[in-house]
This record gives sequence, structure tokens and C-alpha cells, in this order.
Amino acid sequence: MALMQIAEPGMSPEPHQARLAVGIDLGTTNSLVATVRSGMPAVLPDAHGRALLPSIVRYVDSQRIEVGYAAQARQSDDPKNTVVSVKRFMGRGVKDAAHIENAPYDFVDGPGMLQIRTVAGVKSPVEVSSEILRVLRERAELSLQGNISGAVITVPAYFDDAQRQATKDAGRLAGLNVLRLLNEPTAAAIAYGLENASEGTYAVYDLGGGTFDLSILKLSKGVFEVVATSGDSMLGGDDFDQRVFCWVVEKAKLAPLSAQDMRLLLVKAREAKEYLTFHGEARITAKLSSGEFVDVVLDTETFCSITQTLVQKTLVPVRKALRDAGLRADEVKGVVMVGGATRMPQIQRAVGEFFRRDPLNNLDPDKVVALGAAMQANVLAGNKPQGEDWLLLDVIPLSLGIETMGGLTEKIIPRNTTIPAGRAQEFTTFKDGQTGMSIHVVQGERELVSDCRSLARFELKGIPPMVAGAARIRVAFQVDADGLLSVSAKESTSGVEASVSVKPSYGLGDADIERMLRDSFEHAREDMHSRALAEQRVDGQRLIEATRAALAADAGLLSLEEKIAIEAAIATLEKRLPASDHRPIKQAIEALNRATDEFAARRMDAGIKRALSGRQIGSL
Amino acid sequence: MQNHFDLFGLAPAFSIEGEALERSYREIQSKVHPDRFAHAGDAERRASLQWTTRVNEAYRTLKDPVQRARHILELHGVDVAFETNTAMPPEFLMQQMELRETLEEAKDAAALDELRADLKQESDSLQKAIAEAIDVKKDYRGAAGLVRKLQFLDRLDEEIDSAYEEIE
Repeated sequence: MALMQIAEPGMSPEPHQARLAVGIDLGTTNSLVATVRSGMPAVLPDAHGRALLPSIVRYVDSQRIEVGYAAQARQSDDPKNTVVSVKRFMGRGVKDAAHIENAPYDFVDGPGMLQIRTVAGVKSPVEVSSEILRVLRERAELSLQGNISGAVITVPAYFDDAQRQATKDAGRLAGLNVLRLLNEPTAAAIAYGLENASEGTYAVYDLGGGTFDLSILKLSKGVFEVVATSGDSMLGGDDFDQRVFCWVVEKAKLAPLSAQDMRLLLVKAREAKEYLTFHGEARITAKLSSGEFVDVVLDTETFCSITQTLVQKTLVPVRKALRDAGLRADEVKGVVMVGGATRMPQIQRAVGEFFRRDPLNNLDPDKVVALGAAMQANVLAGNKPQGEDWLLLDVIPLSLGIETMGGLTEKIIPRNTTIPAGRAQEFTTFKDGQTGMSIHVVQGERELVSDCRSLARFELKGIPPMVAGAARIRVAFQVDADGLLSVSAKESTSGVEASVSVKPSYGLGDADIERMLRDSFEHAREDMHSRALAEQRVDGQRLIEATRAALAADAGLLSLEEKIAIEAAIATLEKRLPASDHRPIKQAIEALNRATDEFAARRMDAGIKRALSGRQIGSL
Repeated sequence: MQNHFDLFGLAPAFSIEGEALERSYREIQSKVHPDRFAHAGDAERRASLQWTTRVNEAYRTLKDPVQRARHILELHGVDVAFETNTAMPPEFLMQQMELRETLEEAKDAAALDELRADLKQESDSLQKAIAEAIDVKKDYRGAAGLVRKLQFLDRLDEEIDSAYEEIE
């Protein structure tokens, strides 16, 4: 008979304590953080009850930083140090960013991503974004009264590898354990689909502040499958503001503007745009620093006509996604509208006309992405029992390939491939005795490399000299569940192997992240140490729990010696957890990971066998 | 080489039941997908990534008629030789040239829609012939020629996609 266990007083383990996980919508205009509490997703408001955090960061001086409403209030007075819509610059160089001539910043063009000169020094978009994420992390920790075990951060589905990498780096820099990068339309589909118990094919039309996404998903019991995605990562509500701004400048015949006046008029343009959603006309008034007065009236008709090309521009990706999915517009059961910019009546009308059905608006377009992200974070944290959770199958938005002779692109993984995905292709040498090969990784749909985004370049050296065409160089691409790429290359004919892995050049290296983390904790060295220690302890504890659960379920897959070796590695890690230095804990974690490699592979095989036999029994 | 049909517990055949494949794919994914292991250790996350990648690749291969046929032929030791064997019956080449001319002359979406519908019919009858050759006659060498034809049609379909984009 099994004996009942009684814990020591005060040491009783919590009955399956849920891990605190959050979903973050890091938007161009506003950002939000949400979580699932007692089974319900909810956005976490700030101390004043406000759900939205304006995505605006102001560097007040070398020490102080304002984020959100405080920064927003000062944006016209201090435009050079107040960064708005930073998402537009993520993973971008100066030449790729739109409307750069109308942005009042001192840009510094770096080798990869552009940077902005502020009173607090030169800042990269990753650092600016991490300030927004940090405020949201603190908000969540305060509200949930505990450390966040992990976060899901959303990105536009059409973000390329560089933009995704930059977002993930910003999360790490903000001290978040990024469980997953989740595509915004997919997040919206989760929130929407579960709320409405929908089945069938749906389109998500997501027009945010600076990005446009169109995803087509098949929703069926417990599965969200993205069939095709398309979009424009340089098109959003901001562009409508720009059109109004240009119209005002022309209408009022204004002379070239100072940075302050430019910011002021852009704010007024945005207000007018929002006002026109519910009114027939909007009056725009402003007193400029030059002494000029602006007083113009914009009516709905004019607003629609100056923005008509933008509305039409969104329909191009819509048609493309439908073609990729092999569907007609009338085969789509519903169109979910996401993003604040979809409030504009002309957008609603154009989408309704295209799909010949009323768009679905029953969830708040500002909050639906954060809510879906929170629901996914809750699943990833393991807080939902199997059977009540769901499966998400997403795709890469743009083809990945390498440059071949003549500056042409050879696609290795085509767009709309379900991730994680891996593919390898063989290449050969061009000249006799060639011992090196330069590999240029690109992303995009165009034939010419110069029309695609360059992600990384690296050299494969040490190829044994052979006649041209004899070497066999295998280039392998691997895209993970975040949609992030890693590439390796290997020469295999002669048995000599050279292999290299790259991180795309737009992303920051691990060393950069560490340096930035160090800088940000410069005034609190202790803090950094204790943070590293806390992280390793959490990781270690998590790994022990996961391994024990695996042993309890599948110990039968191991020989006695293997089981003993794993248990010994658990014991070592457990003994080291209370240590005051994070390094021995880290080593023990790595050792336990190595010890369970083979076990993990066998469990995966066994899981598949079970899945298949279950199906056969079920269909008998 | 790996037999993708085995992975999904299906008998190797060109005519497969799409629903059975999809069901099996989803059942396996629900066991191995990285979302199931977001909080697991490195070893399990690595194994999950490798498995999911393999399952996705196998699913993609079996879903696509050209790739599925090619896979079956390879399992029987027959190389479809897309790259090296471009010899085609003259009447097929003539027909292809005509289709490409129609494509070049197509100036609007309606014309492209029509061309695509014709192509779909062509492709459907070719797929019937491939099913007959592989599943009934077990004539794998004969099937290889048909698969090359189907590949031709697929390429034309891609060109139609680019033509749509140019019109826009």
C-alpha cells in the first residue's frame, strides 16, 4: 500500500501552480500586455486604468526615460529625443525606411540597422523597443505580483527575418523570456476563433499603425492552420496621417517646417483622421513656431480621395494571398478586422465590397492581438491541460534563398511554407581549385538578389582543391517556430567537412545583447547578478520538473543505466540550485540536457507511434 | 531513403485520401510541435524541432501531386529526372507553346482566370493518368514521363501567378 505523503509545515508545494505568462502586442502606435486569469484573457491596465501604452519613448537626459503618455505629451516640444513609431525602423537601414524625410530624427546609418542620435546617446530601434517592453513587463509584474515566466510577443506576419530577430532581441533586452514570436493576424484569429467557436476558412485583415497583414486561416476543432499570408510591412495608419499632413501643408501653403512644427502637424493630422471616423468633417488648427497659423477644414470626401490609393494598395496583398491559398473571395467564410486603422469607414467599405460580406468587428481591434497572444502564452506555459489546448500551424511570409551566379536568387524555402521548416540544397564550385565559397542569404520573391533583402553573408573555407563542379556543398536552412532562420554549409565529397552557422546580420549578436544588458544595469551590478542567478534557478527548476514528468511517463523507454545517469544529473542540478553563483547551475543544466538528448528523441518517436495507433484504433 | 507514407501510417499510392493524410499529420503535430515543448529542456526542444521539420516536409511532399508522384517513383528506384530529361513528345510541346502564347497575350485578370481554368482541367486529366500508371499498372517508368508533363504545367501555373502580379 502506498503511503500518503505529508509536506513539512510551510513547505507544502502549491497544487499545480500556474506559470505567469503574458502576451504582448508591440505595436507601431500603441502597445499592450495581456494575460489569462481564471481562464479568461484580459488586458492589464496601468495604474490609471489605461490599457494602451503609446509606443513612444522620450530620452529626457542621459539618465531619465519617459515611455507612453508622458512621452506623447512632450513629442512636439522635444521631437528629436522622442521616438514614435519605432517599429517602422526595426531591422531596417536608412534607405529602407519609408517617410524618413518627414521624420524629425538625427539618423545614424549603421552597417545593418539604422540608429537614432538622442540626448542619451545613439540608440538602436531594438533598444528603444526594449524600453516599451520593459514598462509592460513591470506593469505585468506589479499587477500579477510575481515574476513573469515567459512572454509571447506579436509581430506582423509580413515581418522578414531581420525584423523578427530585432523584435526578439528587444524582448531579451527587456529581461523577458520570449516563449515565442507570434504573428499578429494569427493571434487575432486565436482570440476571435475561440471566442466565436468558428470553423472554416477565414481571412484576417490587419491594418496597424505602420504595417499591413493579410492572413488566410483554416480553423477547425483545435487547429489554427495558416494557409497563406501576405502584406506590406511599410503600409499602415501612419501613411493616412502622412497624406493628411501633406494635404494640410499644400492647402495652407506652408513654408518648409521645423522638426517641432512637423511633429505638431502630424499629431493634428492623426487627430483629424480619428475624428473623421464619426464625423463628416474635421477642423485642423495649429499655431506654428514660425508664427504662421493653420486653420483648414478636411471633409470626409476629400479624406477618402486623398487616401484612396492607400486603401487600394491593401487589396493587392489580399488578392495575392487568395491566389496562394487557391481560393476565391467568396470561399472565405468571414473577414476579421484587426488594428485601429480598420476603424476608418472607407476601409470597412472597401473590404466589404471586395469579399461581398460585412467584415467582422465584434472584438476590439486594438486589443484582439494582445488577447490572442495571452491565450497562446498560457498554452505555451503549459497551463492548459492537453485536449483543452490547440495547435497552431503558421508559415513564413517570404521565400528564403541564396545568391547564385549572375546575382540571381535560388529559393530554398518558398513563402507560405509551414514552420518549423528545413531544407537543404547542393551547390558546387565554379572554378578549378576553388577552396572557398561565399554564401549570401536573401529573403524575398524577386529573381534578382538586388531586389531581395540581404540577410547574411558568410564564407565557407577549406574546400579541398578539385576541378570545377566536383565539390558538393550542402547548404542547409532551418526556420524555427518563431520564423527565425539559421543557415549552415558543409562540403562533403572528400570527407572533409567545414560547417558554419550564421545569425542574420541585421540581428544583434549575443555579445551585443550582453553588452547592452550590461550597460542598462551599469548602475545596478548587483541587480544583474541576481537576475542571472534567478533566471538560472528558474530554468533549472523547470528542467528538473520537466525531466521528472518525462521519467514518470516514459521511463520504460530507458535502460536501467540510462535512467540512473539521468537521475544522477537531476540530483547534481538539484544540489546546485541553492548556489549563490549562476555558473555552476548553468553547467548542471547543460549536463542534464546532454543526458536527456537520447531520451527526448525516443519519447518523440513513441509519441508519434501512439498518435498513429490511436488513429487506427479510432477508425476501426 | 525515408518513406513519407510510413510516417503517416498510409499505404504508398498516388491516389490518397487527403483527409486521412491531414488527420494523421495533425495528430503527429499535436505530439511533436515546439509549442508543446516551449518550457521543456534543450534536448526535448531540439528533438521537437527536428521532428516537426521532418513531418512538415513529408506532409508538403505528399500534398503536392508532382512531389508525391516523384517520391513514389523514387521509392521504386525510378528517377523522374526533371533536370536532365527534358525530351517531350512534340504534340505536348506544341500545346505548351500555345498555352504560353495565350499567357503572353493575356492582358487582364479575366483572361488569366480562363487560362488557369483550362490548365486545371489539363492537370486533372494528367493526374488521373498518373494514378492509373502508378496505382493500377505499376508502370513506374511510364509514369515518370507523365510526371514530367505535370511539372511543366505547374511551372506554367507559377508564371500565371507572376502575370497576375504584373497586371496589378
